[in-house]
Amino acid sequence: MRLSQCKPGQGGTISKVDGEGAVGQRLMEMGLIEGVEVKVIRVAPLGDPIEVEVQHYNLSLRKSEADRVEVDA
Amino acid sequence: MSTAAASTAARVKRVAIIGNPNTGKTTLFNALTGLSARVGNYPGVTVEKKTGALEPGIELLDLPGTYSLAAHSPDEMVAVSVLHGDQDGEARPDAIVVIVDAGNLQRNLFLLTQVMEVGLPMVVALNMVDAARTAGVNVDEKALSHALGLPVVSTVASEKQGMDALRKAIREALEKAETPKPAWNWPPSLKQEIEALAGGLGIDAFLAGRALIDEGGAAESLLVSRKGEGARAQLKQAREKLKAAGSPPAKFEIQMRYAWIGRAIAPCVERRPAGPSTTDKLDRILTHRLVGTLVFLLLMTGVFVTIFKVAEPFMGWIDEGFGWAGGRVTAMFAGTSLEGGMLQSLLVDGAVAGVGGVMVFLPQIAFLFLFIALLEDCGYMARAAFLMDRVLRFCGLSGHSFIPLMSSFACAVPGIMATRTISNPRDRFTTIMIAPLMSCSARIPVYSMLAYAFVPHEPLHGFLPALVFAGMYFVGILTAIPIALILKGTLLKGPTPPFVMELPQYKVPTPRVVWQRVWEASKAFAVRAGTAIFAISIIVWALLYFPHSKEIGAEYDARRDAAKAKFGGEEKLSEDDKKAREDALGEIDKEEAGAYLRASIMGRMGHMVEPVVKPLGWDWKIGMAAIASFPAREVIVSTLRIIYDLGGEEGGDEDTAREQLASKLQAAEWPDGRKVYNLPVALSIMVFFALCAQCAATLVTIRKETGTWKWSAFTFFYMTGLAYVAALATYQIGMKLM
Repeated sequence: MRLSQCKPGQGGTISKVDGEGAVGQRLMEMGLIEGVEVKVIRVAPLGDPIEVEVQHYNLSLRKSEADRVEVDA
Repeated sequence: MSTAAASTAARVKRVAIIGNPNTGKTTLFNALTGLSARVGNYPGVTVEKKTGALEPGIELLDLPGTYSLAAHSPDEMVAVSVLHGDQDGEARPDAIVVIVDAGNLQRNLFLLTQVMEVGLPMVVALNMVDAARTAGVNVDEKALSHALGLPVVSTVASEKQGMDALRKAIREALEKAETPKPAWNWPPSLKQEIEALAGGLGIDAFLAGRALIDEGGAAESLLVSRKGEGARAQLKQAREKLKAAGSPPAKFEIQMRYAWIGRAIAPCVERRPAGPSTTDKLDRILTHRLVGTLVFLLLMTGVFVTIFKVAEPFMGWIDEGFGWAGGRVTAMFAGTSLEGGMLQSLLVDGAVAGVGGVMVFLPQIAFLFLFIALLEDCGYMARAAFLMDRVLRFCGLSGHSFIPLMSSFACAVPGIMATRTISNPRDRFTTIMIAPLMSCSARIPVYSMLAYAFVPHEPLHGFLPALVFAGMYFVGILTAIPIALILKGTLLKGPTPPFVMELPQYKVPTPRVVWQRVWEASKAFAVRAGTAIFAISIIVWALLYFPHSKEIGAEYDARRDAAKAKFGGEEKLSEDDKKAREDALGEIDKEEAGAYLRASIMGRMGHMVEPVVKPLGWDWKIGMAAIASFPAREVIVSTLRIIYDLGGEEGGDEDTAREQLASKLQAAEWPDGRKVYNLPVALSIMVFFALCAQCAATLVTIRKETGTWKWSAFTFFYMTGLAYVAALATYQIGMKLM
């Protein structure tokens, strides 16, 4: 399941990250790497971006970016 | 004593502070340097450079906040090149302080591990330990120091806790000059490529590693500029090779660091389940679909009302102050041989009025930055960007552009200054280019005067002028969207930058940080008003003053004498006659000012541009007033007043002044007897002023913020062109419909 499809409260262990390019590198630098737990906290009022919890802190990212992250629920 | 020894003894040691955004880095810097802090810019880039004295002989340098040394934005590039000793005019630091958020250690240590490879002595400031403890996170300072092999000092910068211990640790680090010893192992394949590159190109392993890993980043550019295009090909080849072997360099580097960090901090960090934090509870409200949006809108309305209404009396005082100063100067000239001469006009009409006309916006700028600093320091700014990102994407921008654009409705100057919070340079420049399209407060006098005089008050019971007034705001906004899209598709084209940002914990703002922000913004604006804007005001004054021919003076002197003769000796007059005499002389003065103005260089320029502005429905007087309003848009109103012999100052109450000018404009005629003004002409002027770039302060600020006049010139020409075409269309279509 992609992180972008998770509903608030859902999440799991990251199984794969598309780390291509500057966007991919930034996602990984912020701690979205394979084997790490991630959970969607909430979605912005207009449906995008989303807020997730990863590495014990809260991160905001767009759905197009969350599309690059796959999680095992 | 040898020369070398002397220079070492005398040399000031330099210590750089680096850290993630939201770690309290600025607060720590302020706490350590106190009043000695100085703000400047790095040459060639608009990245703020802050330095201050830690103590005699040790200088502290505040580097831009960054999540990583994989530099992609100008801020990050400066941080990397300073640490590497490549920043122009900057000696390489002697030591580095890395500030980390104790409550968010894992991600903060990512940057720390990268900095450890730079090869300079280091000290770790473990900041916000109090907030971390409240959130149930306890970090063992000694264990962490042992795990990292670095001195670690616990601090609460906002309370100035741990500052002495930190100072001591910095002194010791400088004395010992021990470099960190990274304990993680680079993947062999990656290590091998980095070493091969470093050897082949004759550079150090740190630069080779960053250039290899950060595709299209700062290190790559630096390397190519030093070693030529061949280096780029070499990097590309090495990356391909690693990818083909199943080890993409960026992923391997990042995984290696996080894996090491996880193991290293496990024995140092203790987490107690603490239940939902204050931030969680607040965010449930503040980012809630309905309530959050409502709070946001209320907050922005509050900010807006404050900027307009609360700043108003302050603006009035500044205006009065400059008026008083002008009066004092005039009084100084009274009775001297220079009375009413060029020097008086230069000082009063040029210098005092010119600078005063721009300085009245200072209160708005100060209030705006007060809000920006408060919202940023408490953590709400990231939420505003989170809420608004989807909206701004219509223009190809991100949530970060919201506050700068909203601020521009008060004044484009602080709006443009606020774009410093946008890390992506293409997004930042696009925002700067469209910010002046937001209708600022200087347009209000133009809109209200013309809407009042020429928009019919019926039907709709007087609402129509207000509607037209509001419509002008939409003209700007609706123009900004396609302009932003075009810019992002052409001049500022590039890959979409990541919108990946931390939503930090809320905290009580630090008064010092907030105050400093307001002070710096206000000072920057005042300095500009006193320099570049002052110079422009003087030039415009000269164009309006010269040639100031003697014949006009003689003609009006004769009229004055005639009027005086008519009333006879002043001492014998009744009160009523005295007033009548004064009024008559005042009228002559106003007419004389008008005559001088019509004959001035600017007046001739007005005549020259008449063929150009005639298709907009304008006569030369409007053309001239529009040109004369280059220092600030609102100046058009006072220029029109002078042209129509009303005098520049709005004496008496505002409504009378407006009515006076309205009736003059309504009566104005072309030589053939047709009326100059009608609704399409008024709308054409309003639309022109909604879109034009007649604001010296904005253009000077764009120069300052982008580092080149090129963007100021671009803004001026694109906006003026757009304003002309839109005004032309408004008038021509309006005349067809009438």
